[in-house]
Amino acid sequence: MNHQNHQNKIAKKTALYGMLIALAFTFSYLESLLPFHFGIPGVKLGLANLVVLIGLYTLSPKAVFPIAMLRILLAGLTFGNTFSLLYSLAGGILSFIVMLLMQKTKLSIIGVSMLGGIAHNIGQVIVAAVVLKTVRIAYYLPVLLIAGMITGFLLGVAAKLITQRIHQLNNKDTSL
Amino acid sequence: MKKYDFIIIAAVLAIAGILFFFLYGTPAHNGKFVTVKIDGAITQTLPLAENRTLEIETAQGNNTLEIKDGYARIIAADCPDKICCHHAPVRRNGESIICLPHRLIISISSTEDNEIDARI
Repeated sequence: MNHQNHQNKIAKKTALYGMLIALAFTFSYLESLLPFHFGIPGVKLGLANLVVLIGLYTLSPKAVFPIAMLRILLAGLTFGNTFSLLYSLAGGILSFIVMLLMQKTKLSIIGVSMLGGIAHNIGQVIVAAVVLKTVRIAYYLPVLLIAGMITGFLLGVAAKLITQRIHQLNNKDTSL
Repeated sequence: MKKYDFIIIAAVLAIAGILFFFLYGTPAHNGKFVTVKIDGAITQTLPLAENRTLEIETAQGNNTLEIKDGYARIIAADCPDKICCHHAPVRRNGESIICLPHRLIISISSTEDNEIDARI
C-alpha cells in the first residue's frame, strides 16, 4: 500500500469515526426529548448504545471505545450536569467492557446487547449508591435488571438488522 | 437469537425474581420514621405517624415532602425529571424515594438511627 492509499484510509476512518460520534450524540439528544420514565432513576432506552453495539461488530474495539467515551463526554457536557456525566461514564464503561467480553462468547448480538444494557444500569446504580452514600438504592435493582434486559433486547434486534446490512455492503466494498 | 440468549433471559428473570422476593416479598413492617438524607447526611428524622407537609431545601433545589396517613411521598419538586414525584408513596421499612439531581433520599425506618438495614 503506497503512501497516498494510506493517507486515504486514515482520512476515511477519521471521517467515519467523526460521523459515528455525531450519530451517537444525536441519539442522546433524541432520547433527552422523549419522556421515557418508569418512575425509577436511570431507566432509559440507551439509544446511543446502538452505535457502540454496531461498532463492536463492524469496527475494531480500539476504535469503538474512544467513540463511545467521546460521545458520552460531549452529550454529558452539552445536556447534563456534573453528576449525570459521572453516571453516564460509569454505565458506559461497564457496559462497554461487558459487551466486549461477551462478544467473544456464543451469545448472539441480541444477548450481548441485553447484558450491555443490564451492565449499564448496574454501573449507574453503583455510582448512585456511592454518591448518595446509601445501599438503599439496591431496592431498584430488580426493575433495572429487567429494564436493561428489555431495552438491550430491542436495541439488539435493531443492531442485528443493521449489522447484517453493513456486512453485505462490506462484501462489495473492500476498501473499508 | 441463539440458545444462550434464552439462557441469559431466564437467568436475569430468575435473579430479578429472587431479589424482588427478598426485597418486597418478606412480611412488610410498616416503618415508624421518615429519614431525610441530603448529600449522604441525615438532616431530619420525622415520625411517620404525624401528618405534615414539609419543604426540603437542598443545594440543587427544593422538594415538598408529604407525610399523611402513614405514607410518605414527594408531592412537588423543581428537579428536571420529577421522578421523585411520580414514585408511589412509601411506608415499609427500607423503602425510599430518591431525587437524584437533588441528592435527596427520603427513607422509612423503624429506628431513629437509620443506615444499617441489610437483612441478608
